[in-house]
Amino acid sequence: MSAAAQPGFKARAAAELSNAALKVAIERTTGNAERKRAAAVAAFPEFDAARERGRAIKDHVIAHLDHYLEMFERNATAAGAKVHWASDDAEARAIVTRICLDADARLVTRAKSMLGEEIGLPHALADAGIERVETDLAEHIIQLAGERPSHIVWPAMHRTREQVADLFKAGHHPPPAADDPGTMVQSARRELRAKFLGADVGISGANFLVADTGATCTVTNEGNAELTTTPPRIHIVTAGIEKIVPSTAHAFALLRLLVRSATGGELTQYTTFHCGPKRPGDADGPEEMHIVLVDNGRTRMLGDEFREMLRCIRCGACMNHCVVYRQIGGHAYGGTYPGPMGAVLTPVLDGLAASRDLPHACTMNGRCAEVCPVGIPIPTLLRAWRRRSWRAGLENGVPRLAIGVWAMAARRPRLYRLASRVGVRALRLFGRRGWIRSLPLAGGWTAYRDLPRPAGRTFMEQYRANQAAKGARR
Amino acid sequence: MPAKPNPRVGLFVTCLVDAIRPGIGFAAIQLLEEAGCRVEVPQGQTCCGQPALNSGDDEDTARLARQTIAAFEDCDYVVLPSGSCAGTMVHAYPDLLARDPKWAARAAAFAAKTHEITSFLVDVMDYRPRGRRLDATATYHDSCAGLRELNIAAQPRALLSHVEGLAMRGLEGNDVCCGFGGTFCVKYSTISNAIVTEKAEAIERTGADLLLAGDLGCLMNMAGKLHRRGARTRCFHTIEVLAGRADGPAIGEEG
Repeated sequence: MSAAAQPGFKARAAAELSNAALKVAIERTTGNAERKRAAAVAAFPEFDAARERGRAIKDHVIAHLDHYLEMFERNATAAGAKVHWASDDAEARAIVTRICLDADARLVTRAKSMLGEEIGLPHALADAGIERVETDLAEHIIQLAGERPSHIVWPAMHRTREQVADLFKAGHHPPPAADDPGTMVQSARRELRAKFLGADVGISGANFLVADTGATCTVTNEGNAELTTTPPRIHIVTAGIEKIVPSTAHAFALLRLLVRSATGGELTQYTTFHCGPKRPGDADGPEEMHIVLVDNGRTRMLGDEFREMLRCIRCGACMNHCVVYRQIGGHAYGGTYPGPMGAVLTPVLDGLAASRDLPHACTMNGRCAEVCPVGIPIPTLLRAWRRRSWRAGLENGVPRLAIGVWAMAARRPRLYRLASRVGVRALRLFGRRGWIRSLPLAGGWTAYRDLPRPAGRTFMEQYRANQAAKGARR
Repeated sequence: MPAKPNPRVGLFVTCLVDAIRPGIGFAAIQLLEEAGCRVEVPQGQTCCGQPALNSGDDEDTARLARQTIAAFEDCDYVVLPSGSCAGTMVHAYPDLLARDPKWAARAAAFAAKTHEITSFLVDVMDYRPRGRRLDATATYHDSCAGLRELNIAAQPRALLSHVEGLAMRGLEGNDVCCGFGGTFCVKYSTISNAIVTEKAEAIERTGADLLLAGDLGCLMNMAGKLHRRGARTRCFHTIEVLAGRADGPAIGEEG
């Protein structure tokens, strides 16, 4: 979806800030995630070493991406899968749609995949007249609501349980008998079971692409990925090329970090390696397996300042620990990926001009980098976008002018001291009894908080006067 | 790292302390002198450059970096009453000037001798305040840049533990950003407001008389919000308490 068609980031954020139910929903999910992750890390003394290893694995594959991708293609092909290469989202959509149409598919089930969202797969399937059924419980909720994911791990985290009950009442046939979680989950299961068995094509993402076996790995807590990928005639995997790992052991090294960082668990309920279609003698499995490897800006990141972002394993810890995300939620960001990692990725995917607010809407507090399981220096990468934005002339108007005037003075210490002396005296005129309650051109501050009134004379004035007095005494 | 006796310390006052609350600068001079330093205030200093750095304006940041490095070249150490400005000097200056053959080595040397004041007093000078008394309860907010860029957490607490009568109370979310973020707080003021509102609520829940922190930017944000909400919490920079200056006006009070 193009960001240009939507209201601006600030307007979206303001709307979300006034949504009290959203705040409750975000705090429940991210607060829980934060506590559980902290407990999981505390119970795992080797976490720092595991993190260092995870970072090293990702850096190694990023440095040898061509080698491992070709190895993956060879091994996946040998296992009977067909590997497709998509340079961008449009190509990826076209490949998936073509496979579905060639198979006369009427019903497609899909296991949660952010890459699928990134390439706009839900819309593409609808445009091709194919019924799409989301099988992840949270994706099922937002499909009923006609929404996009607001979090990369809990796509429906913006919805409270009470709101979900209403959606199920309207969307399930028959509606659930009660609105306790157990009954609601049973109702969703009943709705989805029929679809699982009737689907022509199952589409999943991949948490890992294992180069030396040609397998793709999915992790879920609901088992819906297995029911999406096994019963239909055709299984299609869509995955970003950065998901590659050298071997199954490397996938597990990263899984230890991924699951703890995402949910605080040690391992997901279901961790499945899908290696080729059904073989002779297999009890079940798809007749065809297609793997669509998607670039969509990733090889460009290899050669620029955003290379370290290719380490991302999509755990969501950065957004769970982000003060901005926890106030405005995921939809306000306007891209496929929200939160700190989304603020780095969305300008790659949608262009900086359409998303220039995102790298700026950050306090640079560094908590995202602190919890990142693969050590991505997110604030540094956001600063790199700010630099590009400044150089490209996207930062204009009063802020640019203000920085220009300030920098001109700051580079001339004597002028700066004079300006400070005049400035603090002028500023004092706007306040009384210690505080300034309203200040022209500083409404962003004084609309919400008082500003301490300057003491009167600057430090430099007082210090120089003290030094002069000392000199006179000597 | 043991310091040489009576090192020559250049105080970088920071633009906010210079303009808004000079007392923090004088508290710094007092503590550094008590710790045995010879303190100078080089007149070539203005601002560390963060407004430009965080706006993406690397050219102006680099110009200010060179100006600041040159102004403090004769000092053994550069000390600041701010983790955020110190972090900029320690990390951003060497990064920005890394490819400048004339300045890369000077920037690295400058970064190596630059310290935030509480960490300098504890880690370099092995200083502890003596004979300080303040009968009050206080809570402490860990300002983000100091905490995550310079590992400042234990040092201010160690120093404060030597103030007799001062009872520290834990702050829920003490390591969570207050929503200041430099220009962020005015550019995205509604988001910043939501963040600082939660911070103010957490501070009020402690029931402490005082809020202490090591960065004036964060303190102005929190103090301004607390005052707007009608809270009575008095806000001081950590070193004002350490220097025995908390009997004077708090931030936003006039003596």
